[in-house]
Amino acid sequence: MPSDTAAIPRQAPSATPAPSARRRRSWRRRKASTLLVVVGVITILTVFPLVWMVTSSFKGADEVLSTDLLPSAPTVDNFEYVFSAAPFGRYLLNSFIVSVTVTVVALFFHSMAAYALARLRFPGRDAIFMGIFSTLLVTAPVVLVPLFLVVHRLGLLNSYAGLILPAIFSAFGIFLLRQFYLAIPAELEEAAVLDGCGYWRIYWSIIVPLSRSIFAALAVLFFLANWNAFLWPLVATTDTDLQVVQLGIVSFQDQNTTDWQYVLAAATVAAVPTLLAFAIFQRRIVESIKTSGLK
Amino acid sequence: MSTPTTSATEPASRPGAPRATDAGPTGGARSARARRERRAAYLFMAPNLIGLTIFVAIPMLLSIVLAFFRVDGFGGYDFVGFANFERMFADPYFLSSLGRTLLYLLVMVPGLFLSGLGLALLVRNKFPLVGLFRTALFAPNVVSLVVVALIWQFLLTDDVGFIARLLDRVGLTAPSWLGDPAFALPTVMVITIWFSMGYYMLIFLAGLQDIPREYYEVASIDGAGPWTTFRNITWPLLKPTSFFILLTSTIAVMTGGLDLLVILTGGGPANSTTLVIYYVYQQAFVYGEFGYAAAIGSFLVVILLAWSALLFALTKGGRFTHAQ
Repeated sequence: MPSDTAAIPRQAPSATPAPSARRRRSWRRRKASTLLVVVGVITILTVFPLVWMVTSSFKGADEVLSTDLLPSAPTVDNFEYVFSAAPFGRYLLNSFIVSVTVTVVALFFHSMAAYALARLRFPGRDAIFMGIFSTLLVTAPVVLVPLFLVVHRLGLLNSYAGLILPAIFSAFGIFLLRQFYLAIPAELEEAAVLDGCGYWRIYWSIIVPLSRSIFAALAVLFFLANWNAFLWPLVATTDTDLQVVQLGIVSFQDQNTTDWQYVLAAATVAAVPTLLAFAIFQRRIVESIKTSGLK
Repeated sequence: MSTPTTSATEPASRPGAPRATDAGPTGGARSARARRERRAAYLFMAPNLIGLTIFVAIPMLLSIVLAFFRVDGFGGYDFVGFANFERMFADPYFLSSLGRTLLYLLVMVPGLFLSGLGLALLVRNKFPLVGLFRTALFAPNVVSLVVVALIWQFLLTDDVGFIARLLDRVGLTAPSWLGDPAFALPTVMVITIWFSMGYYMLIFLAGLQDIPREYYEVASIDGAGPWTTFRNITWPLLKPTSFFILLTSTIAVMTGGLDLLVILTGGGPANSTTLVIYYVYQQAFVYGEFGYAAAIGSFLVVILLAWSALLFALTKGGRFTHAQ
């Protein structure tokens, strides 16, 4: 950008402040309203399928395929049917047990490892970190087959342990927490060291309390990922007592292929906890996604 | 600004470094402290290292070993050398799934990149309700792929589905979106972009927010138009984000979305949505060909590693020299 052209307009606002400011303000207002309309339309189109699912789940069999957004006679029969025709309470409970256990244990283990990798000195630290980091490149679907064979060999198929254990260990949380711990000022630990605190005390009474906000963000992400997991539960369980909700709705659909009002009610039941968690924690989720891998 | 990998190779800051020299007046005390620190570190990492070894590292290695075996049912393993790989390159179904995956990549990586960037450029501005819009645009990413598949199966039902009726009203006949081999893969593409674009929007938004506002102020004072501003400021300063997105979206496109294919299309109709990752799944869990599946899976990992290496080489490790 040539600097000589820059000099002239820079003086302009002070010379004639009123008209140019007004022009800029009206231009800005026009820009804002255009954006409001454009983004508004895109957003409505984007959320439409989700809204359609929820409203259709309150429609009766006769109007589930109508093109009206809202049901003419809203009913909760579909939900009653879902819970009476299939053990949906059990499915939800299984998903809840698995998701919460994975989330709590993963946060605990990941933060321990991240603390060591960020704050302690020991031989092989960088190599271990790179080793952990490199596992990020290999995603779950790629190792699905060998993981299945390992879990089969361990005798963990068809058990809660088989659903939970493989889901706990991933490099993502360790990586994010390590980045966070690297930024903690050393003075906070130094006082504890002078007091003769052990490393566990430092971790438990200094590092963990400092991690509250990042724990909250990661907890929501972990919970969502595990609540939504489908493939691993599909290959790891055949026992109906162990079915998680995502498997539940697929098998429910197989039995009610054309009864869309029931299928959509089942899908709504599975989606509501995630949408609620998202609505409540959206700022934290958005922040953690924005910082994941980028900082 | 750094990508995950540059920060990974950066020497970690060493908060304990001055502490060690202050603490121990004698060499013996210092080495005792170092030993204690070392032991503590390994104990802190132990649960993860054991877990990652059993559930990530061993499966990864096993996948490579398995590629050289024939696995029958659940019993015997026969060493077959390179037979699985030879079979791969003579298998017309695998080769056609590979070609399909390439086409899928060529559409999806730019598709996700442009939709994410486009949305981010729109919602970075200040206007009424923008916060609500950002959240809502991300919402499809929050529900499970099972729910995504069901919603779209419902909307796209032949003849009586919402989309078919809508097109009918304007005098168009809707194709069988998921039943016609010509339309199934494009339909999967649109659905995937629908639920993924919000995620890429957020990543791009984070990158955009890292660009100092002063640059834009100077540009607007200079009278630079939107395109000039984008080309000279936004695009060059967004390069680390773009790099991150190219890398992660390629991995996601090649290996993700398996859930969707399993539920929505089952690879069909007429194999038209059988991407390589689905073929791996099918060989293993439908035909019980674990060795063959592992060979294809390993091939996929090699391709992804090569792609990552290429990206790193082209961008010198994801580091970019920022233009002013």
